[in-house]
Amino acid sequence: MALIQPAPKKDDDREDDSEYSPFYGIEKGAVLQEARVFNDPQLDARRCAQVITKLLYLINQGETFTKTEATEVFFAVTKLFQSKEVGLRRMVYLIIKEISPTSDEVIIVTSSLMKDMNSKTDLYRANAIRVLCGITDGSLLGQIERYLKQAVVDKNPVVSSAALVSGIHLLQSNPDIVKRWSNEVQEAVQSKASLVQFHALALLHQIRQNDRLAISKLVTSLTRGSVRSPLAQCLLIRYTSQVIKESATNTQTGDRPFYDYLEGCLRHKTEMVIFEAARAITELNGVTSRELTPAITVLQLFLSSSKPVLRFAAVRTLNKVAMGHPLAVANCNIDMESLISDQNRSIATLAITTLLKTGNESSVDRLMKQITNFMSDIADEFKVVVVEAIRSLCLKFPQKYRTLMNFLSSILREEGGFDYKKAIVDSILILIKEIPEAKESGLVHLCEFIEDCEFTYLSTQILHLLGLEGPKTSDPSKYIRYIYNRVILENATVRASAVTALAKFGLTIDALRPRVLILLNRCLYDNDDEVRDRATLYLKTLGEDDSCKQFKESLFEELDVPLANLEASLQSYNASEVPFDLSLVSREIKPQQLAEKKAPSKKTGKDFGSKAANEALPLGTSAPDAYEKLLSSVPEFSSFGKLFKSSAPVELTEAETEYSVNAIKHVYLGHVIFQFNCTNTIAEQLLEKVSVVVDSGDAEEFDEVFSKHIESLPYNVPGQAFVAFRKPEGVCSAGKFCNTLKFRVNEVDPATGEKEDEGYEDEYQLEDLEVTAADYILKVGVSNFRNTWEALDPEFERVDEYGLGVRENLQEAVQAVVTILGMQPCEGTEVVASNARSHTSLLAGKFIGDIQVLVRLSFGIDAQKQVAMKLAVRAEDQSVSDAIHEIIASA
Amino acid sequence: MEVSAPLIKNILLLDSEGKRVAVKYYSDDWPNLAAKLAFEKSIFAKTQRTSARTEAEIGMFDGYIAVYKFISDLHFYVTGGEDENELILATVLQGFFDAVSLLLRSSVEKKTVLENLDLVLLCLDEIVDGGIILETDSHVIAGRVAMRGADADVPLSEQTISQALATAKEHLARSLLK
Repeated sequence: MALIQPAPKKDDDREDDSEYSPFYGIEKGAVLQEARVFNDPQLDARRCAQVITKLLYLINQGETFTKTEATEVFFAVTKLFQSKEVGLRRMVYLIIKEISPTSDEVIIVTSSLMKDMNSKTDLYRANAIRVLCGITDGSLLGQIERYLKQAVVDKNPVVSSAALVSGIHLLQSNPDIVKRWSNEVQEAVQSKASLVQFHALALLHQIRQNDRLAISKLVTSLTRGSVRSPLAQCLLIRYTSQVIKESATNTQTGDRPFYDYLEGCLRHKTEMVIFEAARAITELNGVTSRELTPAITVLQLFLSSSKPVLRFAAVRTLNKVAMGHPLAVANCNIDMESLISDQNRSIATLAITTLLKTGNESSVDRLMKQITNFMSDIADEFKVVVVEAIRSLCLKFPQKYRTLMNFLSSILREEGGFDYKKAIVDSILILIKEIPEAKESGLVHLCEFIEDCEFTYLSTQILHLLGLEGPKTSDPSKYIRYIYNRVILENATVRASAVTALAKFGLTIDALRPRVLILLNRCLYDNDDEVRDRATLYLKTLGEDDSCKQFKESLFEELDVPLANLEASLQSYNASEVPFDLSLVSREIKPQQLAEKKAPSKKTGKDFGSKAANEALPLGTSAPDAYEKLLSSVPEFSSFGKLFKSSAPVELTEAETEYSVNAIKHVYLGHVIFQFNCTNTIAEQLLEKVSVVVDSGDAEEFDEVFSKHIESLPYNVPGQAFVAFRKPEGVCSAGKFCNTLKFRVNEVDPATGEKEDEGYEDEYQLEDLEVTAADYILKVGVSNFRNTWEALDPEFERVDEYGLGVRENLQEAVQAVVTILGMQPCEGTEVVASNARSHTSLLAGKFIGDIQVLVRLSFGIDAQKQVAMKLAVRAEDQSVSDAIHEIIASA
Repeated sequence: MEVSAPLIKNILLLDSEGKRVAVKYYSDDWPNLAAKLAFEKSIFAKTQRTSARTEAEIGMFDGYIAVYKFISDLHFYVTGGEDENELILATVLQGFFDAVSLLLRSSVEKKTVLENLDLVLLCLDEIVDGGIILETDSHVIAGRVAMRGADADVPLSEQTISQALATAKEHLARSLLK
């Protein structure tokens, strides 16, 4: 076989390669040489066209020409206008566009192109317009404007389209000229030629895009039906939805302007238009289910189309709709399920993720079965999408964690790349954090995974988590084997994390300590220094008695001192007899560091103050964690117990005042701390001994126990003063507090920051601060409102009715009550369907002392906009149910 | 958000190994040759195993929507932005595919495309101008590529399919004579 000569090709003079190509062995230099034929006095049109094709081939393959080469080719090409051969002329147009000559070269071809623009041949005119508009700059445009304007309304569509499309491009660079064609363009919108209408509409819209009124008029007149071209129809749908977006919905009748037009387009004969309209409807702001239904119906039909493009378009749109309106899409579930086996994996993935969003609790098991078969034959990128969808499903139905966790662990054992595995591990980590019941099984799955995990990053992350969570489980000893196996089998990085994880078990659980010590001892002979160092350190600390427990703990816990402070202390520490004492490192976040960070910002005023206060909190921690950290820096607060709730900052000063102060209320079981974030906005002053004097005369149940002032408050550096009160435990004491800012003013030189005088005492009146019942309620949602509601004793249910007076609509009333109560709306019931006459909201929260409380609110509105509300409360404690009613009654 | 007319990001014609036959980019999303080649490589790799021979297929690639159709050793692609109407892209793809079939008298394979590269490049030029769809009717496109009506008295609008085909044949014959 191999000895047989390849069959001779018909063009054997050029080829002996097995694959025939007219461009085989083509070389730029040779082609440029060939281009000299353009200069021949007797032009060979066919040869010239071939050379141009070769040049275009080179450009298409990514070859570039130097400036000189391009200029040379361009000049040679201009000679070809002499030829009358149409095929050649068409190629000349094309190559001029590809070479895109510089502006001083353009002038050479201008006259030839202008001649073609006035030619009797329409195709010459069309092409000349496109070329000239493509390469020209503004100066030339004036000369040809007249022709272009005429061309717009030319009877031949090819000419008209060429002028219109060129107009769309030119509008970016020369808006003034193109805008003068408005009348002609408007005429072209009425053209019978489909594409002309499309181009004219696109240009007309762009000319008027900044004039909302004009666009609205355009849409109004065209939606009455003079647009025939499907593409133009699609454009009109886009413009219509823009107009809808910008115009206010008619809240009275609930009718949306132009909705009828969009709905009418759903019955268009072209699929392109139907789909564009369906998509536009699903994307309407606050679309109602009544408006959605017809769009969903056509999309559902597309789902069973034989064309993959239609199925994809439909399932992709439904997937987006499912995020906001899962119920509306649920009707398509049967069609969607059949798409799981679609040949096109993109469609299958979209179908699955849509089903995961719309599915209810009962369908989870069945769905997971189908997905298991599906996962094995899709690419990693699709798998990641599915894993993320499963994660959110699990958070939505926590009861189903067992099925979903099992699924995650089974796919974790299969082959997959890093991104995919990371997505699974991240999902399990999140589920462990959010669903306490899932913790133990999740940890076991992760343990099994690291037995055979090729990704160091994931292994170390999991080992860290095992160290934190493992000791807290019911049977910690079973994790030790998994962890120690890593020490034997893995690379140095993983071994080091495994050693740390082991040590954490030894530290937390006394019973396990001797065994951990034995294991750590074996690590002393590891061939990596980091592993040895860690093992040595932990052995030493764990081996000692309990006297240095604090030190041990600090070894494993995250440092609670700001790293910058630690760094500064370490630098000033001299190695001497006295050991370095971590507890001496200041825990206060130094304002100076903030000042440095904030220095470039010139922004002042209250906004700045609160912002800076927020930024002072360490990055990456959530606000409550950050507050807790800040409060723990004041030793006096440590006896207050666990922080229950921190309010949002309340401004106590007007904007643009000399001193800007806002307050945050931190609520403990038996105490309340006010945190005052103060900012001095006068550059010439340095404030010292800044304190807030709080008069609790109107708050009888509160006794001041502690106050902390700010030593010094330089310009624009926020500082925090604290005042703490004791109050009866577990009671939601309310009260009003009058606040005065007291301080010592020193004049300073803003340039150097040095004090200029002795200073004097001054004070500044702040706004009052109120503690209300809502401060004692934590926004904590429940996963299943009904179950939780029924689990609460009906004995403690309190029901009453209230009149809320005249309100704009129900949404506003719901919003107001939710804000007063400070509770978490559940199951999306905080959103009122527009124009609804009645509505039920479900709220959940934790009352101080961790008492579960649930609220069922039923609203009704009458024709006079009078709102009535029925409030039903259930709580774990009857007094709490009463307290909720008191809040509403007194609001 | 600015409302825009449908925009085509690129049209690609690759061979069965993912190498370029003819491509046209209408967007600056791919600033240089390397970026373009990387996109072509990635889209080819991800679509290679699909069968897009009877109906056009579709997918998301690197944040773009692409529709594609294969015939013999050629892969046709049309790419649009993430939010583009998929059916419009499919219409453009169909227009390109059919116009090439018309011009090459249905013998659509890499060899004939390369032999008639001028016609295919002109086709790209007649379908999309700077990202804006210029024409989607394959017969009209083929007619314009052939410059039918330019040297005769018959206006383009009265030209029939057979005439367009005749032009195509003429072109083919010419290229075979090369």
